[in-house]
Amino acid sequence: MVRVQSKLIEAENLSAGYGAKTVWRDATFSVGGGEFVAVIGPNGAGKTTLFRLLLGLQQPTRGALRILGAPPRRGNPRIGYVPQRHLIDSETHIECVELVRLGLSGARWGINPFSHADRDAALAALESVGASELAHYPLGVLSGGELQRIFLAEAMVSNPDILLLDEPLSNLDLKRETDLLHLVNDVVRSRGVTALLIAHNINPLLPHLDKVIYVANGKVATGKPSTVLTSESLTALYGIQVEVLRDPHGNVAIIGVEEHHGDVR
Amino acid sequence: MTLDLNLISMLQQIWSYEFMQHAIETSWIISVVAGVTGYFVVLRRSAFVAHAYSEIGFAGASGAILLGLDPLVGLVLGSITGGIAIAALGRRITNRDTQIGIVLAFALGLGLLFISLYKAFSTAAISILFGEILGISSNEVLITLVAGLGILVAMGFLYRPLLFASLDEDVAEAKGMPMLFLGTAFMIVVALAVSFAIQVTGVLLIFSLMVTPAATAQYVSMRPNRAILISVGISLLATQVGLFVGYFTPYPVSFFITGIVFFLYLAVRLAHGFVHKRFEEHA
Repeated sequence: MVRVQSKLIEAENLSAGYGAKTVWRDATFSVGGGEFVAVIGPNGAGKTTLFRLLLGLQQPTRGALRILGAPPRRGNPRIGYVPQRHLIDSETHIECVELVRLGLSGARWGINPFSHADRDAALAALESVGASELAHYPLGVLSGGELQRIFLAEAMVSNPDILLLDEPLSNLDLKRETDLLHLVNDVVRSRGVTALLIAHNINPLLPHLDKVIYVANGKVATGKPSTVLTSESLTALYGIQVEVLRDPHGNVAIIGVEEHHGDVR
Repeated sequence: MTLDLNLISMLQQIWSYEFMQHAIETSWIISVVAGVTGYFVVLRRSAFVAHAYSEIGFAGASGAILLGLDPLVGLVLGSITGGIAIAALGRRITNRDTQIGIVLAFALGLGLLFISLYKAFSTAAISILFGEILGISSNEVLITLVAGLGILVAMGFLYRPLLFASLDEDVAEAKGMPMLFLGTAFMIVVALAVSFAIQVTGVLLIFSLMVTPAATAQYVSMRPNRAILISVGISLLATQVGLFVGYFTPYPVSFFITGIVFFLYLAVRLAHGFVHKRFEEHA
């Protein structure tokens, strides 16, 4: 089920940077409702910077950015966010459902010791990511893949329209990577949520993607995977000769840049 | 003391002394305050900071004694100054160990100087360092009550965002939580809680109420609100039993408090070790 909606994210001649340093410039793209979008590019190219702009944690240096019909603002409850992170301290003796619940009401002042509605919502969110059985486990004992499910539930609990997932696949083995991608894809398709997912390797994502945002060399290229992931497009983006090879299964390998983001697996 | 352990008459005997009434009332307030704030001290791994406030409070208290003021005034002023200073040093507590250690050592040295300039050198030093719960005035009980209520109101207000920021800093920040305000407000609350808790445990034994009960409670319940209640319960148990036993024996109350919380912690950790295997097998 693909819901065609108005543009949820619109960037026009957008530039991002820190102080005098520009990370990337002149990005023009849009993301529609219910789209599954991969954000790909080398380390330090500015993928997370794009998320920071969308979350309103950082202002564009130039250009215009609109998300959900307005300029980005910090704390928009219609955006769910899973940051790139390290594992939770193994000494954290707090049950998972508590963290998920904070995704719903953690930004409110005061205590609400008797709110069962919050807890029910948190349990429902855990169920929607297939992690009901983890609800009462301490956060500290979970594996990387289990934690990612909890973080996804934490982001989903407020029923957002947009999900921003920063490298949720790092530190996951192939099986768990596939499982998590299917889960995100299910959420996107069944709820009509728009998901932007930062990843290093494009191949496991290819079967699910509607769009790619490729950030490299201070520039941003966007479009359908079949349009962006071509020798011509990436050569133009990097400004040096780049070769995109495809195997019979549709996997891509990107040759000619320092990092191989499309390792064949 | 007779061997006939009539509990009621023993309690009546204790309560008949004004200094014991003050000690008991103060211990109630401090147990609740330390149990609540201690949970977040443990969760945020801020134990070292809490100890630093305690030692900065020592400099303040000994300075106050030298000037002929109530040591409580010096404790509060010293700890709060330290709280603001350390909060201003930076956001991430983990990076601050060195700076905290440097400030802490200087504060202890300063306290030593003040104390040595004072006539009753050793008595004053011992009572600040190891607690003097049996020497609390009714005025101090009242101040402790007001401050304790203030701390509890502040913690109630900060509760959810502080829990969120402690568990998931990045998401809390993206949700628009004012992280600098939260960190600073919490540091000041802890500094205040520490300066009042010193009356009960002393500067050096501050962990026995600010850390151990909360560290024990988190093994008993994984739900923060329950763990906080348990943490308060452990503090109350330790201070009440400590005062009771301390009254009927010649040994210091602070020792019994530290002993009770320590052995409770050991027992809970051992019991938890068996239960924990269930989770380990799962993972």
